[in-house]
Amino acid sequence: MTVTELAPEPTLTGRRRRRARELSVTLGLLAVTFGLFVVTMMVGSYRLSPWQVVSSLLGISGQDNIDFIVRDLRLPLAAAGLGVGLALGASGIVFQKLLANPLASPDFVGISQGAGVAAVTCIIWFNVGAVATSVAALGGALAAGAVIYLLAWKHGITGYRFILIGIGVSEFCIAITGYVISRADLYDAREAMTWLVGSIGQTGSLQLRILLIALVILLPVALILGRWLTALELGDDTAHALGVRVEWARITLLAVAIVLVALSTAAAGPVAFVALISGPIAIRLVRTGGPVLLPSALVGASLVLGADLVGTHLLPVSLPTGVVTGAVGAPYLIWLLATVNREGRGG
Amino acid sequence: MTTDLLHQAAPETRHRNGAALGVGLLVLVGVLGIVCVLSVTLGTRGIGLGAIVDAFRDRDGSVDATVIRDMRVPRTLIGLSAGIALGLAGTLLQGLTRNPLADPGIMGINTGAAAFIVSGIALFGTQQLTTYIWFGFVGAAVATVLVYGVASFGREGATPVKLALAGAAISAGFYAITTGVIMTNLEALNQMRFWQVGSLAGRYWPELTHSVPFIIVGAVIALTLGRSLNGLALGDDMATALGQKVVVTRAVVFVAVILLAGAATAACGPIAFVGLVLPHVARAMCGPDYRWILPYTLVLSPIVLLSADIVGRLVLDPSELQVGVVLGIIGAPAFIALVRNRSLAKL
Repeated sequence: MTVTELAPEPTLTGRRRRRARELSVTLGLLAVTFGLFVVTMMVGSYRLSPWQVVSSLLGISGQDNIDFIVRDLRLPLAAAGLGVGLALGASGIVFQKLLANPLASPDFVGISQGAGVAAVTCIIWFNVGAVATSVAALGGALAAGAVIYLLAWKHGITGYRFILIGIGVSEFCIAITGYVISRADLYDAREAMTWLVGSIGQTGSLQLRILLIALVILLPVALILGRWLTALELGDDTAHALGVRVEWARITLLAVAIVLVALSTAAAGPVAFVALISGPIAIRLVRTGGPVLLPSALVGASLVLGADLVGTHLLPVSLPTGVVTGAVGAPYLIWLLATVNREGRGG
Repeated sequence: MTTDLLHQAAPETRHRNGAALGVGLLVLVGVLGIVCVLSVTLGTRGIGLGAIVDAFRDRDGSVDATVIRDMRVPRTLIGLSAGIALGLAGTLLQGLTRNPLADPGIMGINTGAAAFIVSGIALFGTQQLTTYIWFGFVGAAVATVLVYGVASFGREGATPVKLALAGAAISAGFYAITTGVIMTNLEALNQMRFWQVGSLAGRYWPELTHSVPFIIVGAVIALTLGRSLNGLALGDDMATALGQKVVVTRAVVFVAVILLAGAATAACGPIAFVGLVLPHVARAMCGPDYRWILPYTLVLSPIVLLSADIVGRLVLDPSELQVGVVLGIIGAPAFIALVRNRSLAKL
């Protein structure tokens, strides 16, 4: 990564040094994400220079053919990668922090599985089109989130009970999905499996527009509410003493995270592991224990954009994004685990 | 962690005495015996109790005797051994990582086995099931060794958080390989969609004799680990202070997990629910002491697995529902009810 280590200056206080590190990591990630966003629009059967892409985006290129390639052909894909990545990265870290468990990303506690069972059933049993599949996935994810929350409610929510109920809901959905796929005609099964892998290439323009609008509204909300996460990590009583309305904070944050996951799954299918690995990667890059919501969202976007570049341009056969995210993100997380010599907790 | 310790102290106070737990265990063993007999008699072809005795006393070659000796008995024994193996492996991993989400699936064992099996199918074409048992076994072992190896890097060694994250990361990598192969190879997809539901159907003596020796060795090792897991539950520092060699314990646990989960997964496919959920059920029944949790899981898991298999044989008679599907559809709601009604002991 392009993030450079700040030289420790003796005059800086520890607090200011941490702030500086958080800022530099965030700016570095912003640069990487923007770079990948532009590169996604440069490559293809007709190569463009970075300047051509940027000037066309700003509307000052004056060349209609380049405008057509950039804005009409390549911008939707790049924007889908950006949107899906930001949504997954942000919601993943909210889940992990809120439930105090590094494995508790939406792909493991039932949200993605809820979307999966609804979409697969629609594809195989009702043979519907892309928009209807997206609507089903959105409904499935939101329903799963609501069911888990309601079932886990018992004089309030504890992260532990939410996780266990999430496991139950997830297993239920996986079983039905497996059953539907094993009974299906082989070509329907292939279509369903392709959707389940997830790819930003399958994002329709309507789904993309809704996702981007939701991000513009919800990401700032998540960033503002994100300050509560730090307090909630200290335990409910401490958070309460610090002036946080615990239950209200938790339900709002969870709702924001669930809506983001649901919309991104509706747009691109359940792109695996981005939500799971973005947070730990961001935490290990920032290394100060400070807020990581924005860095995590940016890591998510970089992962999805990078995976799409690898999947469509670097490999001999074109592979969907969801196949590559694991292959791109997993080694990087492993490298971070092996090299960053931290206390080993809080990941 | 401090809050975890506080939670941990609570179940200790309502610790049930040893005699009651012992009687409970005996009752469960009796239930397991009944379930085993039912598993041999019930099915598309109903068989009387007398026929079972006849089948083994005189080899008269009647249809009943053939069905019993060559199909029902090996199937029941595979269900028994796979249930034991998956339940114990799940308990060991949850105890080791102190994470309620840890199970053979999330720790990369299923995905490792799956990746090797589809690669085998893609490279060598369709083979008998017995051929790819060994691919599955090697895959499970490679994944587990990788997880432990990656997590062991760094000053503090394989901490629970690093183990969980390394498992998720390795799992992501293998998942990418599997899906990549499936997406480009229709034959592998066709095989995989049946394998990945998890089933006891079509498994006879060869699968049994290949997997049982590993499971017996693994189970014996697992049952000796109760005291060590109790130590680990207090945290690495406390366990070390109590005179335990934490590194050695972790290595032994991993050897047992490879033997148990590797053999079971290779024989039956990834049966998810058992390893994840049954340890929580056992914990709800007998509190946080692993010396009781391990034997309780050992008996409970095959009861649940075999019961689900019997239900799957009867509901769609003369066709049948895979055991993985039944476990999800019936087991998940039961698990959710249990989580809601009991205050579960934390890990």
